[in-house]
Amino acid sequence: MTTMRQAFVKTVNDEISHDPRIAVVTAVISSNEFPQENERVVDVGIREQTMVGVAGGLALAGLRPVVHSYAPFLVERPYEQIKLDIGHQDVGAVFVSIGASYDDPAWGRTHQSPGDVALFDTLPGWTVHVPGHADEVTPLLRQALKDDNRVYVRLSLHENTQAYPVGEGFTALRHGKRGVVLAVGPMLDRVLKAVDSENADVTVLYTATVRPFDSDGLRKAVQETDHADVMVVEPYLEGTSSHLVSDSLQLIPHRVRCIGVKRHAELRNYGTAEDHDAAHDLDVVGLGSAVRSFFRG
Amino acid sequence: MAGDEKHEWAAASTIDVLWVLYDQILNVTPATVDDPDRDRFLLSKGHGPMAYYAVLAEKGFIDESILDEWTSWDSPLGQHPDRVLVPGVEISSGSLGHGLPIAVGTAIGQRVHKSRGRTFVLVGDGELDEGSNHEAIAVAARLNVANLTAIVIDNRSAMYGWPGGIARRFAVEGWQATEIDGRDHEAVFAALTAPHDRPYAVVAKIERSY
Repeated sequence: MTTMRQAFVKTVNDEISHDPRIAVVTAVISSNEFPQENERVVDVGIREQTMVGVAGGLALAGLRPVVHSYAPFLVERPYEQIKLDIGHQDVGAVFVSIGASYDDPAWGRTHQSPGDVALFDTLPGWTVHVPGHADEVTPLLRQALKDDNRVYVRLSLHENTQAYPVGEGFTALRHGKRGVVLAVGPMLDRVLKAVDSENADVTVLYTATVRPFDSDGLRKAVQETDHADVMVVEPYLEGTSSHLVSDSLQLIPHRVRCIGVKRHAELRNYGTAEDHDAAHDLDVVGLGSAVRSFFRG
Repeated sequence: MAGDEKHEWAAASTIDVLWVLYDQILNVTPATVDDPDRDRFLLSKGHGPMAYYAVLAEKGFIDESILDEWTSWDSPLGQHPDRVLVPGVEISSGSLGHGLPIAVGTAIGQRVHKSRGRTFVLVGDGELDEGSNHEAIAVAARLNVANLTAIVIDNRSAMYGWPGGIARRFAVEGWQATEIDGRDHEAVFAALTAPHDRPYAVVAKIERSY
């Protein structure tokens, strides 16, 4: 089975061979996956601030840089460089992370980044993709490589059993009357199981693109139900999209429940990603409980 | 035009190098600010841009009449320059430690495009305290970004100084490096026209104010 990371590497290597705009900038991690003999492939060593700065310079020189590392080293460590060397220069780039929130928690807190999408949310003009399957990575990435905008692609080791068409807007997979559940990326399978286990009569929306946020799609789905109750299930920091749900439904009295990686404390546990899912109530049991309590009555 | 004391000192420190750059070195004019073969000048030390704006005005990149309105609501000229607002400004700067890594990227981009253009970046000795510069100094040498020149304005702002001197710091990483009097226009010109087949650092010492 192809992983998201493998799909990413293959797509970039396919495209870089015939698109002279594309460049790759890494800080050791994954660098050997890209053609080192290509002068547009730059490994800066373990220097993440310079990785992003160099990407900004390449973009200013007319190239389309792909910047890649483990999520905390791609987003958190060089955050000011993302803000200034990319955003404030008004240039584009494609940032691709692996590791997501806690894909490999044996490494501990240093290698976890549940706040990455929230950080990008503080900056204007970023498109954010959270694919739920390896087959969703290639079309999202191909489009990103063609464009000139600022794009963040959040890859994960955890996938849904099947891919869905990607594009603009939310996709309705189920239709119900009791409310709406929005499942983001790899959360979909668990959301569907939780909804089934609770026999919840809800609309289930799926998306692999959270920014821009499909406000019209959410509003339309809500208007087709009997209750303006919205649950958002995201694989990163809980509440990351809550402000956009509120904006989308500002003219409709509504209830919102946002579920994601909990904010209240730093988990100092190792274990597996599944252990962490359970601790954050992001497993089927936890999600089922949330569905039962929120859509009661 | 006036700034606070620190920014005035920053501007007074850079004025001579900026003038020599724009008057005699850089292959860029108001008509070629988008030419891919132009030389690119990146003011990393975005503090004290009054000297930068004055030189840009003298060379016709901006209208001299807008200088007096700087930092006002409608003015494109702020205490730190913005490339989106000011023609000829290559990077928006002000936060220290960003210009040198970006310059490595623009220089590599010029190399990829087989461009005749060169990249010049101006940093301050105090700014070199930022760790990002040291990442970039090392990377530029390892990747032999020979079309890159870093000009360090050494007005002794670094909190603890640089044991052995700033030029040595660059040289130990593999840069060609030299030290000059940053007020001496002939010395600045000679240094900036010296041949080099490695990334090149020119440390311009500023011993006196105006």
